[in-house]
Amino acid sequence: MTIHGRTGATPPDLTSVRPYGDTLDDGIMQLSFSLPVPFGDEAREAARRLLLAMGLEDPQIYHAADLGDGYTFVIVYARTRATIDFTSIEVAKVAAPQRSKKEIEALVAERVGRDIVVLGACTGTDAHTVGIDAIMNMKGFDGDKGLEAYRGVAAWNLGAQVPNEELVARAIELDADVLLVSQIVTQKDVHKVNLTELVELLEAEGLRERLLIAAGGPRIGHELALELGFDAGFGPGTRAVQVASWMVDELIARGLVERTPHGRRSS
Amino acid sequence: MNPTSSTVHSRLDLDPDTIAACRAAASDIADDVDRFVRERTTVAVERTITRFLGVDDADEDGTPLPNRLVDTLVDAGRLGDGITTPLVNAMRSLDRSAADVARAVTAGEVDLFTLPELPAHDIRDTAERLTNDAIATIRQTRNTRAERIARSTTHPDPLLYVIVATGNIYEDAVQARTAAIQGADIIAVIRSTGQSLIDYVPYGPTTEGFGGTYATQANFRIVREALDDVGEQLGRYIMLCNYCSGLCMPEIAAMGALERLDMMLNDALYGVLFRDINMQRTLIDQYFSRMINGLAGVILNTGEDNYLTTDDAVEATHTVLTSQFINEQLAFRCGVPPEQLGLGHAMEMDPTLENGFLLELAQAQLVREVFPHHRLKYMPPTRYMTGNILRGLAQDTLFNIIGAWTRQGVQLLGMHTEAMHTPHIADRHIALENAQVVMNNLRDIGDEVVFRPGGLIQKRAQDTLARTAELLEDIRRDGLFDALGRGTFAGVRRLPNAGRGLAGVASRSPDYYNPLETALRRALHLDG
Repeated sequence: MTIHGRTGATPPDLTSVRPYGDTLDDGIMQLSFSLPVPFGDEAREAARRLLLAMGLEDPQIYHAADLGDGYTFVIVYARTRATIDFTSIEVAKVAAPQRSKKEIEALVAERVGRDIVVLGACTGTDAHTVGIDAIMNMKGFDGDKGLEAYRGVAAWNLGAQVPNEELVARAIELDADVLLVSQIVTQKDVHKVNLTELVELLEAEGLRERLLIAAGGPRIGHELALELGFDAGFGPGTRAVQVASWMVDELIARGLVERTPHGRRSS
Repeated sequence: MNPTSSTVHSRLDLDPDTIAACRAAASDIADDVDRFVRERTTVAVERTITRFLGVDDADEDGTPLPNRLVDTLVDAGRLGDGITTPLVNAMRSLDRSAADVARAVTAGEVDLFTLPELPAHDIRDTAERLTNDAIATIRQTRNTRAERIARSTTHPDPLLYVIVATGNIYEDAVQARTAAIQGADIIAVIRSTGQSLIDYVPYGPTTEGFGGTYATQANFRIVREALDDVGEQLGRYIMLCNYCSGLCMPEIAAMGALERLDMMLNDALYGVLFRDINMQRTLIDQYFSRMINGLAGVILNTGEDNYLTTDDAVEATHTVLTSQFINEQLAFRCGVPPEQLGLGHAMEMDPTLENGFLLELAQAQLVREVFPHHRLKYMPPTRYMTGNILRGLAQDTLFNIIGAWTRQGVQLLGMHTEAMHTPHIADRHIALENAQVVMNNLRDIGDEVVFRPGGLIQKRAQDTLARTAELLEDIRRDGLFDALGRGTFAGVRRLPNAGRGLAGVASRSPDYYNPLETALRRALHLDG
């Protein structure tokens, strides 16, 4: 990897990277946090010692504010001496080529030859549909059309607060190829419980290997999704076109294009 | 009722005849709903009556006794008669309180429908006495609020509103107190996600919730006491807000009336559109809950701001205004005066849009002028909040400028950490400090700076008003149910016989008896 924009300046050592404040390797970081202690000199000192205990150096408490009732807020800058070997980093990512909507539609027509059935839902008690709407709905987000707008994709947005059982029932009823699950609320890891439950239900129904499942949301990454037994995870800023490209590739790669109904409809 | 004052000069040069035409259309739409609602009742309405008669508590499985009682009514196929007659009959026959009867019914010791039926006048005497006691309690709570506010110091509008949402009511109380100390005027305790879809109100204090804390009567009391206590120290009355919306609208309104909540989200259309609650069910529930809010002096909040989180925030502003006109008329029919009407709207346009601020300013001023005496609730950016907290703070600053400029009634402060987590204790501090700096600096800007005649801001507002008038005419012609079926609001389509909670609706039988409604109507000066 080449580093641009440092003509004449010393290049960073990518095996030993440190935060950059206003000069290479100064290690300066900004932090802010609150402490459950009364505002005052002791609170400042407590914040300073906390940073030292974290291994940070030269902590500067630039701002402290009284939050009332024995709570204090601080804004701090400090230095770290820790370094990271950037050259050794590998991150799990959804591997699908960048394609346009047209290219994806052409690929579906050529290789799939039928509509791909996609169900989207916010499952459990989650009521925040902004993410799933952006991926599923005709309008999409910021000029990027949602899956409803794709030729060769039958997209069903089941909306908010869909119980996992209902999602599975609809997947059977509609012969779904792909389930997209959005999870925004992550307090107390409720999203992990919820996503795991879906995988278990699909396994119990014998459907897990017959369709693709992907999770999305601000706290969802590909690696977490894989850990939970999903096929892919999509984080914040994901576009419908990325999801579409992935699912077409994956359906073809797994030989899920030829299909038999999931059960209920044929029985 | 037409609160538009002709003496107020329109800074947007709005046509008063168009505004009047909008109100007339909305009035017809609301009359239509009113006729529908008056012929029906719901399980939630009947449960509310039992609460006012003194039924509280839950069984060993946590099912509230109001549910157990009304379930027996439903099982007997007599929901359309109402709970009052059989319940009061049992109280009189057995000489026991409503709470004791409820416990006996739950234990299987008493069957409401096999007891001897006392003469109707006996039942009515008792029912009306108990109902009058309930009305007196609501009035007394309202008076307590008025006395406390009279002793309190105030500042010019908007009032500053922040949320707490820890999931643990005791932790909520801690955060509510610190927020008040930092300058918040109103604290809303966000409910646990999913509560709107459960057809009962949980019982007792709760410490486990997701994205919020369950609304229970005990939880209301805990935060009320914390805010009264800190308010006394600060010399300010701190308002408490919670949510009526969902499947238990009137029950939660009743709890709010008893525990002196000051503000409540109360919007059936929100439940229909965003929670897929059946529209018949929730409009009936809303009617009763708004009468209770009305008498309790509670400021109710509507949720039109949410339309712009799913629909296009530039194109769909007229749907917000349309819904506000309808919600205003629906509230008037429940005896809620403009001063208690917190119609919701929001700043949700893409922050990279050129002149977006001017469009938002036009909309906020438009709503202000159309509803001059209402305690409008202005909602912050959420849709384009990204996790970039520093850009988010800039967006919230722009939002605060508009709130100050257009003198909104309530400013729900944006959190720079929106879309990341429920607010941390310092997030509220940063938001309140931002609002105080902006509002103090811009206090009288709305009086000092005028909009250019025929300029972008005036034209935008006039155009939105004209589109609103057209849409209201369409809905007047086709009815509200049809409009919801077409996806008029929020780009979401809902059908009259779909959604959650329809099974809890019944037509009123000739024997239907609800003295509480009669007493509320009398107290609110509504026609029979």
